[in-house]
Amino acid sequence: MSDAAMPDFTRRPGPAERGDDEDGEAGAQSVLVGFWLFLMSDAIIFGMVFATYVTSTAATAGGPGPHALYDIPSVALQTVLLLASSFTVGMASLALKYRHGAPRLIGWLLATLALGVAFLGLEIHDFQAMAAKGGSPSRSGFLSAFFDLVPLHGLHVAGGSIWLACLIGQMAMYGVDAPVKLGILRLVLFWHFLDIVWIAIFSVVYLAGMT
Amino acid sequence: MSVGGILAHPLGRLDRESLPFWQMLQDPSRDNVINGSIASGAALMVVIGAIATIALLTKYRKWRVLWSQWLTSPDHKKIGIMYVVLAFVMLVRAALEAVVMRAQQAFGLDGGFLSPDHFAQLFSTHGTIMIFFVAMPFLTGLINYIVPLQIGTRDVVFPVLNSISLGLTAAGAALVMISLCVGEFSTGGWFGYPPYTEADFNPGVGPDYWIWALTLASLASTFTGINIAATVYRKRAPGMKLMYLPLFTWTALCASILMIFAMPPLTVATAQLALDRYLGFHYFTNALGGNVMNYVNLFWMFGHPEVYILVLPSLGVYSEVISTFSAKALFGYRSMVMATMAIAVLSFAVWLHHFFTMGQEANINAAFGIASMLIGIPTGVKIYDWMWTMVRGRVRFTVPMIYAIGFIYLFVLGGITGILLASPTIDYQVHNTVFLVAHFHNTAIPGVLFGLLAGYHFWFPKVFGFRLDERLGMVSATCWIVGFMLAFFPLYALGLMGLPRRSVSYDVPAYVPLEIAALLGAILLTVALLALVAQLWVSIRTREENRVFAGDPWDGRSLEWSVSAPPPEYNFAVIPTVTGRDAFTVAKETGRAFEPASAYVDIELPRNSALGPVLGATSFALAFGLVWHIWWLVILCLAAAVAATIAHGFARNTTRIVPAQQVRRDHRRWLDAVAAARAISRDDERTSANRGVAEPALGGAAA
Repeated sequence: MSDAAMPDFTRRPGPAERGDDEDGEAGAQSVLVGFWLFLMSDAIIFGMVFATYVTSTAATAGGPGPHALYDIPSVALQTVLLLASSFTVGMASLALKYRHGAPRLIGWLLATLALGVAFLGLEIHDFQAMAAKGGSPSRSGFLSAFFDLVPLHGLHVAGGSIWLACLIGQMAMYGVDAPVKLGILRLVLFWHFLDIVWIAIFSVVYLAGMT
Repeated sequence: MSVGGILAHPLGRLDRESLPFWQMLQDPSRDNVINGSIASGAALMVVIGAIATIALLTKYRKWRVLWSQWLTSPDHKKIGIMYVVLAFVMLVRAALEAVVMRAQQAFGLDGGFLSPDHFAQLFSTHGTIMIFFVAMPFLTGLINYIVPLQIGTRDVVFPVLNSISLGLTAAGAALVMISLCVGEFSTGGWFGYPPYTEADFNPGVGPDYWIWALTLASLASTFTGINIAATVYRKRAPGMKLMYLPLFTWTALCASILMIFAMPPLTVATAQLALDRYLGFHYFTNALGGNVMNYVNLFWMFGHPEVYILVLPSLGVYSEVISTFSAKALFGYRSMVMATMAIAVLSFAVWLHHFFTMGQEANINAAFGIASMLIGIPTGVKIYDWMWTMVRGRVRFTVPMIYAIGFIYLFVLGGITGILLASPTIDYQVHNTVFLVAHFHNTAIPGVLFGLLAGYHFWFPKVFGFRLDERLGMVSATCWIVGFMLAFFPLYALGLMGLPRRSVSYDVPAYVPLEIAALLGAILLTVALLALVAQLWVSIRTREENRVFAGDPWDGRSLEWSVSAPPPEYNFAVIPTVTGRDAFTVAKETGRAFEPASAYVDIELPRNSALGPVLGATSFALAFGLVWHIWWLVILCLAAAVAATIAHGFARNTTRIVPAQQVRRDHRRWLDAVAAARAISRDDERTSANRGVAEPALGGAAA
């Protein structure tokens, strides 16, 4: 990710040559296209893991199943936290777009980070509760598939949170410069993507599991 | 995994029994000595190779050059060259393994000299290396070097990610290499089916080496796919519409899309197998609800598109080679593009033909069988397009052209046996025999390897500025073609006679003559490889008389030929404007090639970054730690990799400027060389009269 491809929305009069698709906004668009491609690839990873889960729902091998293990109120709260974080990160992207200033931008990002961390805390708590009820991943094919899918999403949220913290660190050092802007744009895409995946998890794993 | 455990076993399960000669010393029976000697000899070659490389680098004081000019370079051209070098090194190992295997089978009547376990490691490493560490880096290298030049840009969208991909691929390759020296490799074949590769049956390090080598390679290929696809979508020169793209770029784009979508299933499959092995999960185990079929589906959802990731870029090379050496525009460009896309799409709908016999109902087999046969249609379109391109062209039998013509004959044959195998009823008869081995080598060697070698000969003058020796190239190409036929045609017959694939030995004397013929073929293929090495040696020694600095030795048609050979680091002093297909041919015909610019401007290029080699090194050590359960190394490397990535995010000032003055100086120097060189006719292009400037084509020939 070279600086040659870094964005500037004020048409940087850079040294790159006219006609060469490397200056300013066009370069930023290229990076975003690449990030969309990454998200597509990541979506296939989730798709394969979903497929593993769906084909393994009956493979409880005599161990506990969804009814015994899932804590729906907690999951509902996690869903609310994550959807709220999608709202706050959306507000952060609006703060960036309409130049509301760094304090507001950082405020929305910190709110997102807090919601993400709270989500992770609840999720880890749920996993521990499941393990205490005999629902550890090595118990059955079903639980292996569950612990592939849901923690994979959690790992993504954790990665996104670290990324977010790093972007705030970069802002502290350099202000809201072109790499930071481009980083936030990609982080927002990533965060919304994880929200969509969570909605699929909530439907396919938790709701379908309770029917 | 407690702290106490880590302290008690700082080297995990690594001990002296991991050395390849230990068993032979403990129990010097005849079999142990033979197998131990072969394994130790191979390990010794790796060690000597590594020591020799280090010694030469030190002696000639090239460490700094290696680091600052190559390893940390974000230049797509240098990354491309390093990929191809990696591919050649790995090709030597995997080809030698093939010879050992053929020798074992030739003497395999009621025995032979290899133990079954050793033989199983040989076919597992041979397949794994040939696919992930020969074909993939080779084609990735060609794509990296050529695509940005063909579309008229200065670099890929993510230059540092490109260097990371190379680092991860090299780490995977290094992991396979070090498995020769410590421990053993998997015996589970290149697709590593569980439950055989589960900890219950295979508690050793072999499957772990395989898992982590593939994981690194698949991540690297995913990143490469993203990078190349984004580059082709976004960085084409002004006027370069998608339907103006050279065919090689089209195939590279399709292969990249396949990498983006087909690599994730492999990543998931190897990750799940690792979780089974390391943490006692039950994805693919026999007990507690594991399901082997999930693995088989995941693997081939990757595995079949992978076949087309491998073959499509080679088909692109053939399109370029046949059109250039026929001095004609490609026949049926539009149908060629459609055929490429059709193959890419269909490739996702056929994976089940890899396991027709594994228990699904007949209707499902029929659907996948029909889909598999359908691929023959776009492939057939391509074959006809290439033949029509040659018709009434000014055809020259250069080395790449010999490969291309050999390919057309042999690939049709491989395709026909593929159509046979696509019929589930026939597949039931010949599956798991060497008929199948003959079939996929019949597509992979002419289809993939010949194409990559044709590309190597075709573009070598562009990359290094001098042509390769034609005579040794001919020797090599002939040996590849004849050796291939001798080595693999007998396997069709052996397969129909019932020889199962992967047999270390057999008890049917009728197999012996055909096995010996196949061994002779393997020896001829070794000669072909040696001829390639000799060719490189001779070509380097005689490079001064074969220089083509002007850059257009073959009367090329696409933009990579419109710059000097080797190209400047920024590729184009002035970004070209494209008005049609075969952009350079159009420029030459309209007199716009080799024009000085009215004004030169500063060019911004990415600065070197250590992230690629650092992530390569840490991921290698991380994978090694995982294989041997050296947990402190795992934690350390994971932390280092994350820290390096985060630190990279904090880096600013990551570009540098090539001043306009220097661009102008380089460009003028090249234009002077072009003006001073004598344009040569197509008759003289293989003589030292060729300085890289082509005579204008005769009327009509370029139509």
